Amino acid sequence: MMTKKTEEKIFKVLMILSTSIIICCLLLIMGTVLIKGLPTLSIEMLTEVPQGGYYFGKGGGILNAIVGSLYLSLGATFLAFLIALPVSLYMNVYLINKNKLLNLIRYLLDLLWGVPSIVYGAFGFIIMVYFGLRTSLLAGIITVALFIIPIMIRAMDEVFKTVPRGLIEAAFSLGSTKSETAFKVFFKQVVPSVVTAVLLSFGRAIGDAASILFTAGYTDSIPTSLLEPTATLPLAVFFQLSSPIPEVQNRAYASALVLILIILIISVLARIIANKNNIKTVVNKRFIYYKNIRNNYNLSYKKRAKTKNKLKY
Amino acid sequence: MNCSFYRSLRNNISSAWMLSCLLFVMTIPLLIGIGLFLKSSLLLENNSILTLLFSKTWKPLNQNFGFYPFIISSIWVTLTAIVIAAPICLLTAIYLTQYSKKYFLKIMHPVIDILAGIPSVVYGVCGVLIIVPFISEIATIFGKHSSGYTILSGGIVLSIMITPFILNILIEIFKNIPDELQEASLSLGATKWETIKFVLIKKASPGIISSIGLGISRAFGETMAVLMVVGNVAKIPNNVLDPGYPLPALIANNYGEMLSIPMYDSALMFSALILFVVVLFFNIISRLIITKLEIY
Repeated sequence: MMTKKTEEKIFKVLMILSTSIIICCLLLIMGTVLIKGLPTLSIEMLTEVPQGGYYFGKGGGILNAIVGSLYLSLGATFLAFLIALPVSLYMNVYLINKNKLLNLIRYLLDLLWGVPSIVYGAFGFIIMVYFGLRTSLLAGIITVALFIIPIMIRAMDEVFKTVPRGLIEAAFSLGSTKSETAFKVFFKQVVPSVVTAVLLSFGRAIGDAASILFTAGYTDSIPTSLLEPTATLPLAVFFQLSSPIPEVQNRAYASALVLILIILIISVLARIIANKNNIKTVVNKRFIYYKNIRNNYNLSYKKRAKTKNKLKY
Repeated sequence: MNCSFYRSLRNNISSAWMLSCLLFVMTIPLLIGIGLFLKSSLLLENNSILTLLFSKTWKPLNQNFGFYPFIISSIWVTLTAIVIAAPICLLTAIYLTQYSKKYFLKIMHPVIDILAGIPSVVYGVCGVLIIVPFISEIATIFGKHSSGYTILSGGIVLSIMITPFILNILIEIFKNIPDELQEASLSLGATKWETIKFVLIKKASPGIISSIGLGISRAFGETMAVLMVVGNVAKIPNNVLDPGYPLPALIANNYGEMLSIPMYDSALMFSALILFVVVLFFNIISRLIITKLEIY
């Protein structure tokens, strides 16, 4: 009996240890970037483009990279949204009864999600050469859009799955066409959650470096048209860190801090919207009622009993 | 009549648009495969696949393209990352789902999400700042001289990067195991730890294997963070304290020069093709296991 207990105790200590390792890693990463980046971060860094001799430690900032990154990810998110929304609507309104086909599509999308971004980068490069483009904002946008399309579709798909099926049937029975059901009824139900999904993909788009390494190029000025190359924050961090001059390296840390701050703001925003959305669904009781009925098919008896209790409150 | 005509027209147009978007997305993997293959066909015409994969000399200027050192480096880095990350993730997932209070899991979810959201470049920066000097110290303790830019540092950075990814899947799998199984085991007199060891882990083992497979595929394709800490020396590494040169780093480092020589361009596209095929293989296998599991 004694050994049983000691084994459990040893493993429990190990478990707590590994959990705290993960938390420590996060704190360590955040702390390092904050401590290293904060002293160099200044208004000048954020509001100026690099001047002559910037890469030898002279004046200027990384405004070109910040604006370039925002342009690139906004464009890519917009392009991806134009493709991801119809696909996920089609899956959930038109194909709702074809479970096998739906599972196959989801399987393929998950596979696409797993493809590393450097492969998308190489593929984007091939497309770019094929159409005779140079390294430009446009080529970068197309590549990043390809990269985030599967992420966005799957995120929206999860959202649309929660819409009660009775809603579609009610819309059909009132005589609306399939596309009207999709956009006017289905889409309207979940606008806040769709916004969350889009924001999350935007966060992925702005942080990725490997896919734009080939396609977006790098300049010291802010791009004025789609066909000009553009600087991006991840690449700015990468290039500045490989410089031998310590001042430029410090700027790399500051750029990393800016990048992390942008991503944190986006994810907090997404979280706030998601939470508000939950509150709304609680207020809208009919919605919850349908939702639980639809989800109940998949639950075990015990869990079903639990959700019934919740419904009473 | 007129109104309904427009309505059905609009319905047809938007339906066609949605369907074509779906078909386009479905063909992307095929397009990537075909594109990479066509680009690397120049290299494949002049060399056999076996010599490419197992030749050890990498001299692009002399038309010698041996991918063996890069493939071996990739495998070393990926294995190191998995060996570090897998036990930590497994233990944490068991702790979070079985032992800890509910609110602690709620605290951990944002932690995992933030870790997953940190861009790979930032992981690279932290690797250069923390892990590289640390490994250099460790190497001197073992009586070896090392700059710290080694396979081991790449593996450690990667292991932190894939942790949130594996952990999310594991937590999901452990949560979905029906309570009845555990209750049956407990009622037969097993302790909580015995239940976890003999019932829970056994039931979840396909899920654990597939989560590790997905982690491997994620680690194999990761570029920027590894590139920054792994050393980038095109030699076959003998142990984890040697510098390495994984495939993604090879592609990322040489993108500038590749346009000048068509064969070089083709060789880099071939390494992208290798990456694509390997990652797809691990993904297909792991996801098949997960879907067979039917609790996911």
